Amino acid sequence: MTTISPTTEYPILETARQQVLEDGIGLTEAQLLEVLRLPDPAVPAALELAHQVRLKHCGEDVEVEGIISIKTGGCPEDCHFCSQSGLFDSPVRGVWLDIPELVRAAKETAATGATEFCIVAAVRGPDIKLMNQIKFAIDRINEEVDINIACSLGMLTQRQVDQLASWGVHRYNHNLETARSYFPQVVTTHSYEERLETCAMVKEAGMELCCGALIGMGESLEQRAELAAQLAALEPHEVPLNFLNPRPGTPLENQQLMDGKDALRAIAAFRLAMPRTVLRYAGGRELTLGDLGTREGLLGGINAVIVGNYLTTLGRPAAADLTLLVDLNMPIKELQKTL
Amino acid sequence: MIPNRSTSSLIGSFCGHCGELYPTETFDGGSAPPSNVLQAGDVHVAGTAHRECAARLQLEPPRYCGQCGRRLKVQVSPHAWTASCSRHGTVTS
Ligand code: SF4
Ligand SMILES: [Zn+2]
Ligand SMILES: [Zn+2]
Repeated sequence: MTTISPTTEYPILETARQQVLEDGIGLTEAQLLEVLRLPDPAVPAALELAHQVRLKHCGEDVEVEGIISIKTGGCPEDCHFCSQSGLFDSPVRGVWLDIPELVRAAKETAATGATEFCIVAAVRGPDIKLMNQIKFAIDRINEEVDINIACSLGMLTQRQVDQLASWGVHRYNHNLETARSYFPQVVTTHSYEERLETCAMVKEAGMELCCGALIGMGESLEQRAELAAQLAALEPHEVPLNFLNPRPGTPLENQQLMDGKDALRAIAAFRLAMPRTVLRYAGGRELTLGDLGTREGLLGGINAVIVGNYLTTLGRPAAADLTLLVDLNMPIKELQKTL
Repeated sequence: MIPNRSTSSLIGSFCGHCGELYPTETFDGGSAPPSNVLQAGDVHVAGTAHRECAARLQLEPPRYCGQCGRRLKVQVSPHAWTASCSRHGTVTS
């Protein structure tokens, strides 16, 4: 059994106990940096506090989601971490998923108890063909499967935002990925502002905003704190937290894997930045954290998981995560159709 | 999951992860497996040069056809993956 050092040994955790746990106010950027700089022996106490914050402000449920790529590869953008960019010499080939397969995947996802099914396309933004495919897919899924449908289709126009909302897409994913100050090192084909504009339109239209982070791309701790604070300012419904899995052929292919302890510090910090947000384990956790880390994160502020595979890489078997949730006595959030 | 064995596009002379031709080196004994073939799921990876590739293939689908080294068309879904070579057919996890 590990003994957890009391938070009293670490002033920032004492501050967080009052400010975040008791008062429900997220930490500021400067405070988050202090959490990210905590020494290793403080990490269990930080995770424990983040877990209490999650239980108090979000509850014990865990939200389970499956994701699928409707259009893989060939993206014109140059996000340096992404194997689906058509600008890099990546082994990922362009492929479209047909609708029956998509419906089948939605059914399988629902069978795991998941309440969310996110349809993703590797595009700068959707064209008419993709929007038509999405509409068709949503209708077919709704006919056959009881699950909330989310989409991630890149940057949207106002008209596209309105269309998706009217078709019943209840949540839209558009990540910030990294801090504003680091973004130009990672993406040059579009700006941070363009990402923020889509996020703002999504919220304005009444869809839930899912806006995530990808950490471990070489950003500094200051920039990690900056990112958490920038996400908190957006007040997204959900933040998927990805850890870089360096992909062959991309500019970040030789980036060192993030240290597991740093990843855990980041999980605690993100929860302490956003006490009420759904904080989801997303890509890269298997490599960065392994089985033990997955468990620690779920007991350290995470309250949602992507089950099964990701878009181009494989995840832990869904059964492993579902068994873990049973072991941890964490019920899966039930379906409440929001629209 | 049982792979569709109607094709052998996962098994052959090319590494499913990096697409390189396997070296012809043979296994020299020691504590490793009794042949020069390691298994990663259903993907066989020969030789020590591709041990890391074998490990990677536990967490990602193959990207290259084992028979001809062509890039595969790969579709990943939450609970399975499908990889197709234009010459050697389709394999489903
Ligand atoms: S926009 Fe999305 S799919 Fe395209 S390169 Fe960037 S992350 Fe990859
Ligand atoms: Zn290889
Ligand atoms: Zn082939």
